[in-house]
Amino acid sequence: MIVLDPTDERSPVRREPLRRRSVLDGVRVGLLDIAKPRGDVFLDRLESLFAGRGVTVRRYVKPTFTKPMPPDLRREIATECDVVIEALAD
Amino acid sequence: MPERVALAPAPPAGAGLPADGLVAVVKRDCPTCRLIAPVLAQLGPGLVVYSQDDPAFPAGLADVRDDTGLDVSVALGIETVPTLLRFGGGTEVGRTEGWLREAWEELAGVAGLGTGLPEYRPGCGSLTHDLEVADELLVRARGGSLAARRLEIAALEDEAEALFERGFTDGLPVVAPTPARVLRMLQGTTREPGEVVAVVPPNLAGATVEKVAINAVLAGCRPEYLPVVLAAVEAASTDEFNAHGLLATTWGAAPAIIVNGPVARALGMNGGGNALGQGNRANATIGRALQLVIRNVGGGRPGEVDRATLGHPGKIGFCFAEDEAGSPWEPLAVARGIAPGTSAVTVFAAEGPRGVVDQISRTPDSLARSLAAGLRAVAHPKLALAFDATLVVCPEHGRVFAQAGWSRGRLAAELAELLLLEPAEIVRGAGGIAEGIPAGAARGPVPKFRPDGLMIAYAGGGAGMFSTVIGGWVGGPGGSRPVSREVGS
Repeated sequence: MIVLDPTDERSPVRREPLRRRSVLDGVRVGLLDIAKPRGDVFLDRLESLFAGRGVTVRRYVKPTFTKPMPPDLRREIATECDVVIEALAD
Repeated sequence: MPERVALAPAPPAGAGLPADGLVAVVKRDCPTCRLIAPVLAQLGPGLVVYSQDDPAFPAGLADVRDDTGLDVSVALGIETVPTLLRFGGGTEVGRTEGWLREAWEELAGVAGLGTGLPEYRPGCGSLTHDLEVADELLVRARGGSLAARRLEIAALEDEAEALFERGFTDGLPVVAPTPARVLRMLQGTTREPGEVVAVVPPNLAGATVEKVAINAVLAGCRPEYLPVVLAAVEAASTDEFNAHGLLATTWGAAPAIIVNGPVARALGMNGGGNALGQGNRANATIGRALQLVIRNVGGGRPGEVDRATLGHPGKIGFCFAEDEAGSPWEPLAVARGIAPGTSAVTVFAAEGPRGVVDQISRTPDSLARSLAAGLRAVAHPKLALAFDATLVVCPEHGRVFAQAGWSRGRLAAELAELLLLEPAEIVRGAGGIAEGIPAGAARGPVPKFRPDGLMIAYAGGGAGMFSTVIGGWVGGPGGSRPVSREVGS
């Protein structure tokens, strides 16, 4: 029996996560606030911890956590950062 | 029948139909065809016979052709066998179906046909109408219009099990979306299969009419439901409705559909007794089709982007019609800006429904207070401006408002007034409940719902003073707002 694929037919290729970095020397770090309450508190603390180790970070904020990230912001982060830390939950 | 000539598709090139002369289409399986076999011999060597099931039948004729592929039968639009056709000047000029001596003699221009036979015998159905064959013909004729990836279910696999295993279902069995079924589903709309209906969250995948039709087959829809499903998919994929957020939130609400206008009646949808329940195919499968599109095309699966803590049973599908005939108010869609008499869907965020009993109130003021008390519990009795809600007013409650001359707008305004919550009652800690608004956040009464955050519909059976509250989700720009869309063709 032939049936038609009801899905969006994205290729089921499994994407492997990038290898976790052991050192942060020379790495461009981004901190992403998805606009959930108190995400900034967590990220502010991380920023100061990074500063203590001599690492500067770039900060990004999604307009709202309820909607997908605007493509422009995604591209900006991908261009400007090697690693990103995202504050997910309130 | 000249109109039949006009409607018949052109015979296939190379079919070798005579420009002038007689053609008969027969099958051995038909007793009438076997009965009139001697008549075909009487018509002489110029007769071309197409045999649908056996090229050796009828024996002894000069020009019997194999039409077991049914190409000529389809091209000639054969409904019945035997059919005798006359061609003149390259086009069909007449035909007769079954056996009627007078008609055959007139069409053939030959007297004394089948003298030993009865005057009349009806024919049999053309093999082109055999269900299995018809499917095959449909796929052969129009299968090329389908673009979706074809998946093979092996002969030894159980089809229902195979569809579960491939992850296409919501947990209930689905109808296998074979090419023939999808083509029949597509006959329910005038839209092209390749047209992109919407970009479906959360994966933001383009859903074509064909993809929606495939999921409508899975859901168990009839072809005539498809335009309603298409409108619902469009509505649910808008930024305003924000299906992504609704799906991703841990809150358990999901898209629900209210159908208004002539299409609800035409599809036999239920807006009466048990409207929000089971048992009506259109209600059940249209709502399910929307959910399956979100799951399969949009990629919104539980445990993945769907993060609901509990969810609710209506996430299988939640769709009902408004009882426009019984309603004292204008249809919901009209109140929301759709032209009167137009079929429309309204998609809104919905939890499971919860009934509000009031069998005593006979005044609109008392009844409105009861309904307000029920509505206050949405999200939490001490939370305000949190979630939207929908109130489905039942006929016996609607009657109380109708008799008092309360419009839908009046009821909404009265409920808004009754749902101004006193800060002292809803502040954190009040009533021994930690949940609530932060101290000092409000100086005066706080509205339970944002403006337009309460939608009022009318449905239900004639007995029972039980309206229903359907809690929603966060309203407004960051959340989900109800969206109405006209149902197309």
